[in-house]
Amino acid sequence: MPGTKEIRTKIASVKSTQKITRAMQMVATSKMRRAQERMKLARPYAQKMRQVIGNLFAANPDSRHPFMVEREPRNVGFIIISTDRGLAGGLNANLFKAVLLQMREWQQKGAHVSLSIIGTKGIVFFRRLHVQIESTVTGLGDSPHVADLIGSVKVMLDAYREGRIDRLFLANAHFVNTMTQKPTISQLLPVEAASSSELQEHWDYIYEPEAAAILDGLLMRYIESQVYQGAVENVASEMAARMVAMKSATDNAGKLIQELQLVYNKARQAAITKELSEIVGGAAAV
Amino acid sequence: MPAPTIHVDIVSAEGEIFAGEAAMVFAPASQGEVGIAPRHAPLLTLLKPGEVRVQSPGGEEQVFYVGGGAMEVQPKKVSVLADTALRAKDIDEAAALAAKQRAEEALKDRGAELDEAKVLAELAQAVAQLKVLERLRKLRD
Repeated sequence: MPGTKEIRTKIASVKSTQKITRAMQMVATSKMRRAQERMKLARPYAQKMRQVIGNLFAANPDSRHPFMVEREPRNVGFIIISTDRGLAGGLNANLFKAVLLQMREWQQKGAHVSLSIIGTKGIVFFRRLHVQIESTVTGLGDSPHVADLIGSVKVMLDAYREGRIDRLFLANAHFVNTMTQKPTISQLLPVEAASSSELQEHWDYIYEPEAAAILDGLLMRYIESQVYQGAVENVASEMAARMVAMKSATDNAGKLIQELQLVYNKARQAAITKELSEIVGGAAAV
Repeated sequence: MPAPTIHVDIVSAEGEIFAGEAAMVFAPASQGEVGIAPRHAPLLTLLKPGEVRVQSPGGEEQVFYVGGGAMEVQPKKVSVLADTALRAKDIDEAAALAAKQRAEEALKDRGAELDEAKVLAELAQAVAQLKVLERLRKLRD
């Protein structure tokens, strides 16, 4: 029987691939749920932080921190959050494309671009370009911690303080829902002044220590929490993208198996018919 | 009349830690421990690593460890923005240095990747040559 054995081994191999993709799909699903939880948990902190910073400005509107002063953007920094692992559909590619577009725009305006990269995929991609990479973090895993991000963020904040960058952006995949993850680039620095337009009666905090030091600590933590939130959101996006990619891989494998099965059946039938006709022919000859 | 209470929120970047009413809150402010009673004047302070103690109206006390952070006090509300990581100037500095070093190493690896590309190209060439040889052999047969 020509080919039936080959087809059978082929079917077996596609089946084992399907098993793997199905397992990956299920793992990604449960990890995605956990990541979504973490996204929710991170929200109150950022909200409170915004409130407090808003209050602080309402209380003394003339205090100005370097992080809030708009400067001519001659040097631009990006913090790019990517994944450590692949097999997540077009998640990273889409993000990098969006970042590249914006980078080119800045470069055309004559701005110098420097990067801080989170995730192996980002490093592999961006180190091929002739762009300055200031800092990197990898191996955050499925539950990133603020502690792992502090160093990398500080490098960029210091660069901003020292005037080596005039604007700082955060690029990550925004988790819209399970099916869609949108690459987003948002501005971190200068911090857009919180809008607290409602004119209340004048009151002020008691500051311990002085206002400037507190504002500095608050703004630094605020930026870090933004980056942390981006990282958590990126994990959720990664898992969702992987889930979808693995689902379609599993489906495709199923289709492939079906087709192969059909071919196999045909070959088997043909072999049987051939054998039968040989027997009949042989019998007639006798 | 029930004793006045103050609403307490303790949140960190990675999650909410506590939310509830309290009769009194103690926190390790950067310039010494402070006790906050209801109707306290607005206060904004940084926190040192230490314990935040929340006294519930019933008199029990709950203790939370914070690694530092900030605290905002309004007459009816206390918000503690806790750090999840231990912060100190030199620890932050070390983390920043490590991040920079990793970037340099990643860029150094570029040489290795180029070598890999070269090897891959050579491999592709060898495969192509083999294919041609095979075809020639078939033609001769």
